[in-house]
Amino acid sequence: MDRDEALALYRTMLLIRRFEERCAQLYVEGKIGGFLHLYIGQEAVAVGALSLLRPDDYFLTSYRDHGYALARGTDPRLLMAELCGKIGGISRGKGGSMHFYDVPLGNFGGDGIVGGHLPIAAGMGYSIRLRETDQVVLCFFGDGAVNEGAFHEALNVSALWGLPVVFVIENNRYGMGTSIDRASSVKDLYQRGSAYGMPRTDVDGMDLLAVRHALGEAIERARTEKRPTLLEAETYRYRGHSMSDPGKYRTREEVEEMMNQDPVLRFAKHVQQSHSVPETELAAMDKDAIARVDDAVRFAEESPWPNPETLFEDVYVRSPYITAGAADKEPAWRGSVAEDRVPEELPAWSSARVES
Amino acid sequence: MATLTMREALNEAIGEEMRRDPTVFLIGEEVGHYQGPYKVTQGLIQEFGEWRVRDTPIAEEAIAGVAVGAAFVGMRPIAEMMTFNFSLLALDQIVNHAAKYRYMSGGQVRCPMVLRGPSGAAAQVAAQHSQAFESWFAHVPGLVVAMPSTPADAKGLLKSAIRDDNPVIFMENEVLYNLKGEVPEGDYTIPLGLGDVKRVGKDVTLVAWSRSVQRALEAADLLAANGIEAEVVDPRTLRPLDDELIFDSVRKTNRCVVIEEGWRYAGFGAEIADRVQRSCFDDLDAPILRVTAADVPMPYSKKLEKVFLPQPKQIVDAVHQVLYR
Repeated sequence: MDRDEALALYRTMLLIRRFEERCAQLYVEGKIGGFLHLYIGQEAVAVGALSLLRPDDYFLTSYRDHGYALARGTDPRLLMAELCGKIGGISRGKGGSMHFYDVPLGNFGGDGIVGGHLPIAAGMGYSIRLRETDQVVLCFFGDGAVNEGAFHEALNVSALWGLPVVFVIENNRYGMGTSIDRASSVKDLYQRGSAYGMPRTDVDGMDLLAVRHALGEAIERARTEKRPTLLEAETYRYRGHSMSDPGKYRTREEVEEMMNQDPVLRFAKHVQQSHSVPETELAAMDKDAIARVDDAVRFAEESPWPNPETLFEDVYVRSPYITAGAADKEPAWRGSVAEDRVPEELPAWSSARVES
Repeated sequence: MATLTMREALNEAIGEEMRRDPTVFLIGEEVGHYQGPYKVTQGLIQEFGEWRVRDTPIAEEAIAGVAVGAAFVGMRPIAEMMTFNFSLLALDQIVNHAAKYRYMSGGQVRCPMVLRGPSGAAAQVAAQHSQAFESWFAHVPGLVVAMPSTPADAKGLLKSAIRDDNPVIFMENEVLYNLKGEVPEGDYTIPLGLGDVKRVGKDVTLVAWSRSVQRALEAADLLAANGIEAEVVDPRTLRPLDDELIFDSVRKTNRCVVIEEGWRYAGFGAEIADRVQRSCFDDLDAPILRVTAADVPMPYSKKLEKVFLPQPKQIVDAVHQVLYR
């Protein structure tokens, strides 16, 4: 990794950290509603993994999904507007925190059902085999998902058919308030891959370089050998499961011990030592990250609320094979269009302009 | 016109669409080497190979989920449920994923897939294998629900379902697989959301779909012997629903009986009754009646099974009731 790339990755980690901190604030202020699951502490996984993907690859994530969208390069303004339920949001205010999609960037979204997107990842892998391309699919999920039936079904068919999917368990030790010890008969979650004869490995998920190394091998195996991998990244979330969770099921000592291995600080040390980046430059980057988040919040606040008519849009695709007479009477079809929407360029009402 | 069974008509539709469009593929339990649990997919693996006709393990969530994922990135999968009874194991993929990703993504994603297979009662296969779930699927915005009653409809509707860009729940019926009928030659489609009058009459409107159309037609024969002319309206698609066709008929007959194989409680017939009473209130000369399955799980014994299912005799009785005879 050269200096520029290292700095770009560091910048992304900072952006996620500052973005998430600001989300917590906005939630308390009542500007963000619903469920809000923060990625703070886990940044090295999304940033490390997605830095290895090609533009034409696909990925899917669990509902703790802010970090991946930012790491893939989605404009934070569109994400913040989504969180505030505004029409300028990446999903037009229909998804919220748990459902960030950016299909042109290969981001097929945050899934709100634990384990629900694993069979879908297998399906994307299947399409790659059918079309005989060399794309890969990255599928991120938490430790809680490994106990779902969907995990078993998806891993079995992926290994059975040779699908180019990398399944990434982000083991942050707790499925909501239930620790791994109380949820899984096997503590080393990556060992579950053995049940499917699947290559498997674990990695320190607080270390971006380690994540990149392990993921690099898995992605290469998927791309060239058409073999899936089960990869466990051991990580930690500093905050509760969601904003309503005070996290009383874990000790302060445990949280502090993990915060001492902070992935952002660890990577900062690396760029300082290996690329002789001065402290002042890192501090300036942090200021930039905060400014980008401020700008995103401004954009979100300026964005109009969705027009009530948009309620009926985006349910169906308008199609010549459905009788317009019957469909048009139904509210769910009223606003259907034939095309897929592409996340919008910054609209005219936005005065927010900060170069990143 | 050729005379085909519904099984053959469905097989033709799948084969023709797979020849026409390389993104169409078939996935399900026993669809390939076994030639289909009900032989609907006979011969397809020989022609298209195992990647386009994919035998799966017994894993319904994976079958549906793989179809959903492939559809998101440009394929047109046809996922077969060995029967729709097992679709309950795939319900999360259908309801939470296939039906919702377009909405949750603000219109960025589409899911052009078909989930098909037999639904409803067969013969003496008891409670877990005899269920009619169309009301469940029709309840979900984001899904299209089609239920053919004849071989010609089956072929034309399935071809539309495969070409359509939305997730289509295509519910066949095991008992109808051997039903023969005339099927137009060559390529044709029947639009989703377009109903069909299966028998013209002036005295009462019978609304029925799938296998219940046969029951309604039998009842109409019995009624005709007594000088009552029943009109049989088959919506063919439950979502979207061609309710105007039903309204037109009710405005002519002033009486309506809805027949369905599902349970009465919160069944789809209640949706039809609701729409008819709202749009045709002044035209109705009697309350809308429903003839449905009994509100219990399906029993095994053939004597009880017959009591469970809606029978032509019950339809005749209901018609007499709405005609006050």
